[in-house]
Amino acid sequence: MKAAKGIVFKYGDNVDTDVIIPARYLNSSDPAELAAHCMEDIDKNFIHNVKHGDIIVADKNFGCGSSREHAPIAIKAVGISCVIAETFARIFYRNAINIGLPIIECPEASKGIENGDEVEVDFDSGIIKNLTKGTQFKGQAFPAFMQKIIAAEGLVNYINQK
Amino acid sequence: MGMTMTQKILAAHAGLDSVEAGQLIEADLDLVLGNDITSPVAIKEMEKMKVEGVFDKDKIALVPDHFVPNKDIKSAEHCKCVREFAYRNEITNYFEVGEMGIEHALLPEKGLTVAGDVVIGADSHTCTYGALGAFSTGVGSTDMAAGMATGKAWFKVPAAIRFHLIGKPSKWVSGKDVILHIIGMIGVDGALYKSMEFVGDGIQNLTMDDRFTIANMAIEAGGKNGIFPVDDLAIAYMKEHSKKAYTIYEADEDAVYDEEYTIDLSTLRPTIAFPHLPENTKTIDEITEDIKIDQVVIGSCTNGRIDDMRIAAKVLKGNHVAKGMRCIVIPATQAIYMQAMEEGLLKIFIEAGAIVSTPTCGPCLGGYMGILAEGERCVSTTNRNFVGRMGHVNSEIYLASPAVAAASAIAGKISAPC
Repeated sequence: MKAAKGIVFKYGDNVDTDVIIPARYLNSSDPAELAAHCMEDIDKNFIHNVKHGDIIVADKNFGCGSSREHAPIAIKAVGISCVIAETFARIFYRNAINIGLPIIECPEASKGIENGDEVEVDFDSGIIKNLTKGTQFKGQAFPAFMQKIIAAEGLVNYINQK
Repeated sequence: MGMTMTQKILAAHAGLDSVEAGQLIEADLDLVLGNDITSPVAIKEMEKMKVEGVFDKDKIALVPDHFVPNKDIKSAEHCKCVREFAYRNEITNYFEVGEMGIEHALLPEKGLTVAGDVVIGADSHTCTYGALGAFSTGVGSTDMAAGMATGKAWFKVPAAIRFHLIGKPSKWVSGKDVILHIIGMIGVDGALYKSMEFVGDGIQNLTMDDRFTIANMAIEAGGKNGIFPVDDLAIAYMKEHSKKAYTIYEADEDAVYDEEYTIDLSTLRPTIAFPHLPENTKTIDEITEDIKIDQVVIGSCTNGRIDDMRIAAKVLKGNHVAKGMRCIVIPATQAIYMQAMEEGLLKIFIEAGAIVSTPTCGPCLGGYMGILAEGERCVSTTNRNFVGRMGHVNSEIYLASPAVAAASAIAGKISAPC
C-alpha cells in the first residue's frame, strides 16, 4: 500500500461528526457533494486550502457523535490520504476502515505534529514521519487484510473480490 | 474468568461458551436497523454485494424519522429509496409516516427489541435497547448493509465499566439527570469502546422511560453499549409490548470491570450540559447567572416518551411560555402522541403557548423544525450540544431534562421547577 504524504490540518479533542459534515447536508449521500462541505463547521477555510493527499491530525476521540458514514466519506472524497489521532470514536473507526479511509491511532504523533507540517505515513510499518520537524513516530502497522480493504476502496468491494 | 452481561450475550450469539474483552467474534444478529439518512447509503452498498435479498425480512427495521415528513426534495428521494427497498424486499418492519416514530422509541414500543437480543443499527443511539437487557450498538451504513445481507456482524468484545446506582432520585430528577451526571463525571470519551453496565438497588426507582434515556446516551460517553439487568419492570414492559421470546443474562459474580462507580441517586440535582459538549455539566444550583433562552425543544429518542410528556405537562400546566420563546414539543411516536392527547397533555402544551409536532428527529440534529439563528440559545431534551448541531455555528444548546426544559420555557432563562 502506497505511503501517504501531505500537509497537515491539525485539530483538537472531540472533533464530532456534526462538524465534519453538518446534518443540514445529509439530505445528500453523494460523496462529491458531501466533500464540498467537509469540516465546514469547525474550519471554514479547510475546503479552500485542502489538497489531494493532505493529512488530518487530531487529539482525542476524533469522529465522536453520530454514526453517519457520510463523515469518513466526505473526508475521503475531499482527498485526505490519512487521519491520525490520539484516539478515535469507535463507530467512526469502523466506518473509516469499511469505506477505505486509512486512519491510525498514535498519541505521540498527535502531540508531535502541528498544523501545516508535512507528514509521511508508511502503512506497512506504521511509521509516521514529520518531515518538517525531522521527527518520527511509531503508530500501529496496518494488517494485510486492512490494507486490502483500503486498496479495494472499502469492505464491500473487498468482499466481492474474494 | 467471569463474564459481564454484555459478554454473555455476545458469547451466546457467537456460539461460544465464553469470550473475553478484546476478543474478535462474529455474532448472529436479531435485528438490523436503519433510518432515512443511513439506509440509502447502506442500500447502495448492499446492491454492490453479490447477494440475493436480505437475510431475514422479519429481522430488519427501516424507520424514516430524521427528515420526515419529507423536508425537501432530496430528503424525499432518500425516503423513496428506503420505501422502494422495503417493498422490494418485503421488509415486515418498515414504518411509514402515520405509523412511525423516532426509531429508538418506536422499536421497543413495537416489541421488536427484547432482553438478550443482539441489535445493530445505523444510528448511534441504537444503544437505547440496553434498557431492556439487550446488547445493542450503533454502526455505520456499510455494517448495516453487511448485516442486512448476512445476518451477522463482527465485534471486538468490549471491556466494561460498572455503575452502582443506589438511592431514590428526588422529585424533579429523572433519567436524564442521571446520565448527564455520569457523562460529566467520566467525560465524552470516558467509556470509549466499553460497555456501561448499570446495576444496584437504585434501578428499581427508575421507570422504564428513565432507563431508556440513560442507555440512549451511553454513546455520549463514547460507550459501545449501555445495559441494565432485567427486573420485573422490564419483564412487564416486554410482556405488554412484545410477543418475542426474551432471554435473561446476568453478569457473573467474578466478572471483570475496568472501573466501578457508585452513584447515590438521592444526591443528584437537575443537571444541565453547557455548550458544546455533553460533559460540560453543571447542576441547577451551580448556575449563578441568568442564561436567557430563545427556544426549548422537548422530544427526541432521548426524551420524547410518555413520562417525558407527562413531566413537561406537569410543569407547563396553568403557565405560559415566556414572551418571544419558541417551545417545540415532539412526542416520539404516534402511540405516545395519542396517549398524550387522551391524557389531555397536548391541550396543556398548546394552552401554554408551545407547539406540538408529529414525530421527527428534525430539530435535534439541525435538520428542520426549529433551526437556531446566530447567537440564539436553546434548552433541549436531546442528546448532543455540539457546535452547529441545531443550526448556526454560533448558536448554543443546553441539554437538560423535560422538567428543566419546561421550566426554562416559562421563565425564559435556564430554570428548574421548585
